[in-house]
Order: sequence, then C-alpha cells, then structure tokens
Amino acid sequence: MSVRVAESLEEVCNLLAANPSASLLAGGTDFMVEVNYSQRRPTSVIAIDRVPELTGWRRHNGAVEMGAALTYSEMEHPLFAAYVPALAQAARTVGSPQIRNAGTLGGNLATASPAGDTLPPLAALDARITVCSVRGTRQLGLDELIVGPKQNTLAPDEVIRSVTVPVIDGPQEFLKVGTRNAMVISVATVALVLDRDRRNVRVALGSVSPVPVRATEAEEWIAGVVDWGSPEAPPDDVLGRFGELVAAVSSPIDDHRSTADYRRHAVAVMARRALARVLS
Amino acid sequence: MSEHQAAGDETTLHYTLHVNGSDRDVAEAWLGESLLYVLRERLGLPGTKNACDQGECGSCTVLADGLPVCSCMMLAAAAVGRDIVTVEGLGDDGALTDVQQAFVDHGAVQCGFCTPGLIVAADHLLACNPAPTDLEIREAISGNLCRCTGYGRVLAAIAGVAQARSSAG
Repeated sequence: MSVRVAESLEEVCNLLAANPSASLLAGGTDFMVEVNYSQRRPTSVIAIDRVPELTGWRRHNGAVEMGAALTYSEMEHPLFAAYVPALAQAARTVGSPQIRNAGTLGGNLATASPAGDTLPPLAALDARITVCSVRGTRQLGLDELIVGPKQNTLAPDEVIRSVTVPVIDGPQEFLKVGTRNAMVISVATVALVLDRDRRNVRVALGSVSPVPVRATEAEEWIAGVVDWGSPEAPPDDVLGRFGELVAAVSSPIDDHRSTADYRRHAVAVMARRALARVLS
Repeated sequence: MSEHQAAGDETTLHYTLHVNGSDRDVAEAWLGESLLYVLRERLGLPGTKNACDQGECGSCTVLADGLPVCSCMMLAAAAVGRDIVTVEGLGDDGALTDVQQAFVDHGAVQCGFCTPGLIVAADHLLACNPAPTDLEIREAISGNLCRCTGYGRVLAAIAGVAQARSSAG
C-alpha cells in the first residue's frame, strides 16, 4: 500500500513502469467520489498534481502548451483567457471555486466523460495531446485519445503530459446549458471558434454524443456564407440553418439530466447564439 | 524516499500533515481516507463538516496552500507538504474573526452546518478581493450549499465585513 507524491515526470513514468496498475491522482474530483462511495479501492496511488513538468502553461511558436495538471482556476486567469478564450470560459463553468482549484485539464481528458467541459473547446481547437511513458512520447488528437464514454486509449504505463492548442486570431465562445450556473454537470455544450486567418468557423459539441463531436458540415457551409472581407451579423435564416446543421450531428440520449429532444434543441439554439456573437 | 511521502506497510500508512500551522502525525491510516475524514476523525478537528462526500456541498471547505478546496475531494495521504488551514485555524486563540462575528450579527447562521465552509470561502474571498461586488460574492460562495438559513443574510454578512474593513481603513 503506498501513496507517492511524485516530484518529476521521470519519477511518474518510472513508478508507472514498475507498477502499471497504480492509480494516477491529479485533482481528485472524480477519483475521490469513487473512493468515498466505495466504488474504488486503490492500493497504490501516484499523486501528480505537484510535478513541475505537468503544472502551468506557456506560450511559444503561436501556440499555448498546457501542463496536464493545469487547474480550471488557472485556465480562468485573464492572461490565459486572452489566448484561449473558449477554454477559459469552459473552465469557469466547471463545478464551484473549490472544484476549480483542484480539478485539472489532464483529469478531464483521462476521465473522458461525455460531459467533460474542456473537451468541446479542445475539439474545436484541434488540440494535440502529448502522452509519455518510459517507452517514449507520442502525440494524439482528441478523437484518438477519447474513443467512448469514459474510455481513453492511454496504455496502463502512460501519463498525459501536456495539451497544445494554437493561438487563433478571432473570437471564441463556449455555451453551456445546465440547471444553474454552478455545480452543474452539463446538459449540452457548444464551443465555437472563428479563425480569421484560415477563414473558417469550427464548432464542437459536448454532452450530446458518446464523445465530443465536430459539426463539420455546418463548418463547411458557414465558411462559404460568411463575407470574410467584412464579416457582419448574419440574418436569421442563416443563423437558423447553421443551428439545424449543428444539431444534426448530435446523437443525444434521454437520461436523468435531460431528454434527447431538449438537448438537440439546446445545441441548435446555442450554436446560433455563438455564431451571432462571434460575428457581431 | 523524500519527506513528502506516505510510508506504509501492506495495510496502513503513516504520514505527516501540516494543519493550522502545526505538523500533525497520522498513523495506521487507510490509503483511501479523505482529508476531511482525517481532519475530523483522526486529528480532532470537527469544525470542517461532512455532508455529501462528493464535492457538491462545500461544507468541508478548507484552504490548501491558500486556496479553498473541498477536503472530501483530497486524498489525505497525498496532501503531505501542503499548508492546510481549517475553520479552527482562521482566528487567533479561539477568538472569532470579523467574518465569523458578522455571520453572528447578521443572523447568517441557522442550523450551522454549512457555516464553517461558508466562513472559509468568505474569508478567502475578502482576503483576495477587499471590495467584492454582489455577483463576485455570489460566485465565491456558489460551491457552498445552505438549506435552511437562506443566502440573503450570508450575502449581507460578507458585504458588511467588506464595508467595515474599508471604513476602518
């Protein structure tokens, strides 16, 4: 029985190589619920929340690289929000201040819940995820890491090291429907990124499919409708068509939080609203 | 092995936590014990309350390295080396802080169960933001559920402290 508070990434990789069944512990906001409710009986834990290589974020070469142990509170910071606004907005909607001081980006990825709030922004930003082990380092797209509800493709000896997203010229939006503004597990979410340089709009949805999904048909259609020379607020029929195309890629379910019909309706409304905001 | 580790045998762990300014020994502990459990059941600090055990209610709020967190969501043995402050550690020698006194004066306490968590959250807010707006106060306590006092008096108590501190200069 052991709990190791790891002090370097190399130590984490070595500990995992020696004992791949050890539990990795970052913010604990998912892990401890399972432990407290006797759904998990850990015998060996590697705490990674204070590993220097996994903390903080840095900007380089037109991108932002975030350590896996970056907390939601740190993503809310105005300096971070200036570079990755959709992710900052998403982080602010997570749980409560107490949860945001503990929960981490890497934890959101590894848990791979369909309702993970950072996942739609990461999907819309084409995030690259770096994972490592004693065997080496590899880079994955979000759709290669998360392949089903609560299913990730990490090998037992691997740890998520960092996530990289581009700094994009243009506004970004994250919208979320839940029963209140705090302590809510998302009913439906939409992340939308306007990229002025590449002249495209990228949209991803959360909580309405087994894994985060991109609305590629809607993206292609709206890229051809927007006047990129002088973008302006789209008329209602354009917003309505955009919402329909976005909602068409959702595959929501009825559950204790919402009905599928409501979720489909909600993503259409949020997609319209997000588009109107970034083009106004 | 560094000092920031929990040592153990096959069934139990032995480690030291830094709580309210003192090093506290935790012996013969189960690996999965939350910081909340250890504070209440092993270290004799029952001010921190246990309600939901899943990070929803905020009644177990403590400061870890200066930030409010739910102690039920923190693995105690992984909190070694962190500076933990509970509601018992906010005042000097058992005296009430101005935040605690304001809760009393405003009647912001009924059953009292949510109060320690709210006090810790409010104390942190006012330390970081001496003149919070109403919305900032609401967001700061959005992770603390109260089911009987109601939030009106709590909001008034926190705003009252901000005002009193600013008048006192």
